[in-house]
Amino acid sequence: MSASGLFTGNLVRLAAIRAEEDAAVFARWSENSHYLRLFDSDPAQPFSPKHFQRLYDEEPGVDKYDFGIRTLTEDELVGIITLDDISWPHGTGWVSIGIGDAEQWGKGLGTDAMNILLRFAFDEVSLSRVSLNVFEYNQRAIHTYDRLGFKVEGRIPGFLMRDGRRWDLIFMGLLRNEWQGAS
Amino acid sequence: MDLNPGPLFVGEHILLTPPRPEIDAAIEAQWSEDPQYLAMLQSEPVRPLSAEQVRRKKRPEENRYNQFSFSIRLKHDERLIGFAELRNIQWAHGLAWVRLGIGNPQDRQLGYGTEALALLLRFAFEELNLYEMLAVVYEYNTAGIKCFEKAGFSIRVRQREAILRFGKRWDALWLSLLHEDWQKARGGNRA
Repeated sequence: MSASGLFTGNLVRLAAIRAEEDAAVFARWSENSHYLRLFDSDPAQPFSPKHFQRLYDEEPGVDKYDFGIRTLTEDELVGIITLDDISWPHGTGWVSIGIGDAEQWGKGLGTDAMNILLRFAFDEVSLSRVSLNVFEYNQRAIHTYDRLGFKVEGRIPGFLMRDGRRWDLIFMGLLRNEWQGAS
Repeated sequence: MDLNPGPLFVGEHILLTPPRPEIDAAIEAQWSEDPQYLAMLQSEPVRPLSAEQVRRKKRPEENRYNQFSFSIRLKHDERLIGFAELRNIQWAHGLAWVRLGIGNPQDRQLGYGTEALALLLRFAFEELNLYEMLAVVYEYNTAGIKCFEKAGFSIRVRQREAILRFGKRWDALWLSLLHEDWQKARGGNRA
């Protein structure tokens, strides 16, 4: 068992989302369209703090785990990471991550958070498989997932329409027995 | 300039009609008692549903602009034989997920699903003007894979060991069909 606990990595830890105080930070991130276009396929749109407060105020469901990513040094909220769409009978789930604070990109915080989440998914939730989607133009993320052990399982051609052209949606998957463990 | 000949929702042997839950629910409840049928369509655990449960499940679909649901009926007597739907339409990207099923084993292998899929694709591409159709099929559903491939779909993604059923692990396959490829396969430009 990990000495420092399941939710602590080398640079960051995974914490509960604090609906009231974190909402203003999420709202600020949602004003950065570059971030939004890496995060999902919904048309990019800024949201109010109230929107995020409502989103995270409810009791978590049984097939979804949301965490805030906070730095160990400053306890600053830098991103969000989610294990959701869990299928209990099949032992599978989907992961998504966003480092909303663009000043924190390229420092390995996302890799560290993913390592913690994968440990949680495999060692605590006991899943046998974790899936994710990433957009063709998000090369930084693809590289990170590749280093974590995810394998490309295919792509949907032209899934996204952005800036007047089509981009592929890439599927990646990691099986429990392929996972090297959190570093 | 001529309009595309032929009505959108009428095939050679089948019709696509709006769901008629008052009549359909009892029949769909019967289908739900066949675990093999449900295992082809969903990853969720199969379970028999009552007619009332079927009705409740269907209700929220109404008036949703990102979903179109049809019943498949035989042309000559309007008997209900299956369902076909477009779900989770993403308008900004021109995408939708296709799902269809023929409920009774006796009604399968007769080309009804193929006909329904052809109508659904024409509706998606020429009425909704979508760009790409997606379908998720599990590895053990060989009839389903064949049906989509016959309509022009290609396997794009193979999610390894995503489904645990019948005592072993199976891949989940994602297929897709681009509007332009569908058009090419139908012989290019029509008058």
